[in-house]
Amino acid sequence: MLRQLKTRWWKALAVVLLLYTFTAGMLIDVPARFVLHETIRNLFFHVPVWFTMILLLLVSLIYSTLYLRHGKLAYDIVAEQLAKVAVVFGVLGFLTGALWGNYTWGDTFSWLFADTKILGAFIGLLIYVAYFILRGSVPDEEKRARISSVYSIFAYILLIVFIFVIPRLTDSLHPGNGGNPAFSTYDLDNTMRLVFYPAVFAYFLTGCWIASQLIRLRILHYRKHNINI
Amino acid sequence: MNHSKVFVALLRKEVLSEWRNKYAISGILLYLLSIVMLIAFTFETTDDRTWMVMFWIAILFTSVNAVAKSFLQESEGRQYYMYTLAAPQLIILSKMVYNTLLMLLLSSIALLLYVVSLGYPVADSLSFLIAMLLGAMSFAATFSMISAIAGKASNSATLTAILSFPILLPVMRILIRISLRALPQESLQVNAQDMLYLLALNVFIVVLALILFPYLWRD
Repeated sequence: MLRQLKTRWWKALAVVLLLYTFTAGMLIDVPARFVLHETIRNLFFHVPVWFTMILLLLVSLIYSTLYLRHGKLAYDIVAEQLAKVAVVFGVLGFLTGALWGNYTWGDTFSWLFADTKILGAFIGLLIYVAYFILRGSVPDEEKRARISSVYSIFAYILLIVFIFVIPRLTDSLHPGNGGNPAFSTYDLDNTMRLVFYPAVFAYFLTGCWIASQLIRLRILHYRKHNINI
Repeated sequence: MNHSKVFVALLRKEVLSEWRNKYAISGILLYLLSIVMLIAFTFETTDDRTWMVMFWIAILFTSVNAVAKSFLQESEGRQYYMYTLAAPQLIILSKMVYNTLLMLLLSSIALLLYVVSLGYPVADSLSFLIAMLLGAMSFAATFSMISAIAGKASNSATLTAILSFPILLPVMRILIRISLRALPQESLQVNAQDMLYLLALNVFIVVLALILFPYLWRD
């Protein structure tokens, strides 16, 4: 695993894809949609950021499960650092979303507490901040790893249920909810897809890259204190 | 001994230990009384929506205090002894069932105090009572599991609240939605979907807890 973290090709790919999505995202012709207009470009930034958060948390969850199965601290380190990066992406998702909502849903922010998807995202961030506080209050490494793995699996699975199931049952301003059609069915044309999918991939790779740096730093910290990982 | 016998014994032990520590349950009752009186004296008169929302908030905070202690009050030594006697799944399940019963009792007392001090505006009592039952189940299941997690860390009382509130936020939202619909007229038909959804969610929480709890108690 460590060897893979040090290879360069996927980092180069991340840089190239990021450059591509940022230039193309700003420059390509987008379809003129009612209300959305040019803000539809935010699709290349807001949506991939959320996808990245969910994906990073999913990988973090897998590592938490691996920790519970095999009990190696290295798995726990990976899970924690991925969650950290995911929270940063979550905050970015909020900021880009606020910007978008400001221009399309009105600028009073009254939609902030009315929308179930925003509630789901907010709960997600709360859960992971609580996860870090839980980690902070257990001094022993083994115990901390075990308890926080249990919490993160418990909370993440429930979070997924909330984010992907509840909004479909209730009204939401987001596409794909409460009778609103999903974005892809009519708003996206094929050129936008050519930017959107690479963007998701680019952000995910960037997230993994940042996490890999944090993981290596954490491993060094453990080695320095002679903790067997 | 077979599982059902162990389960009944565990449940009996929960009731007995609550009965012998009467100060704990009296503390919770006093807490509940204080919250309801606080609401009654600060609002004086409430409109229906405020009545309902404040009721659920009172229930939520009572259950943090009532249920969250379930793993915190037991000494570590006694917990280890319990684990040698019964399967971990049975222990968490018995806690959840016991806490559901406790929450039902506390919710009924809360409702009684509430009705005496602020009146009773609910038109569709059946929907409201089902919501109370489902709420008791969700709160008991979530807080039992989370208090098992928080009990392993320091400053567990605060931790229980911050670890469980994000999980209970959507549950509260659905509960309040059901109850608000129950306020003006009969609404069992409209509420059926939300109720089923909440029931499924409760089953989900219990199953997750059964899978994950065995990893918690081993030290």
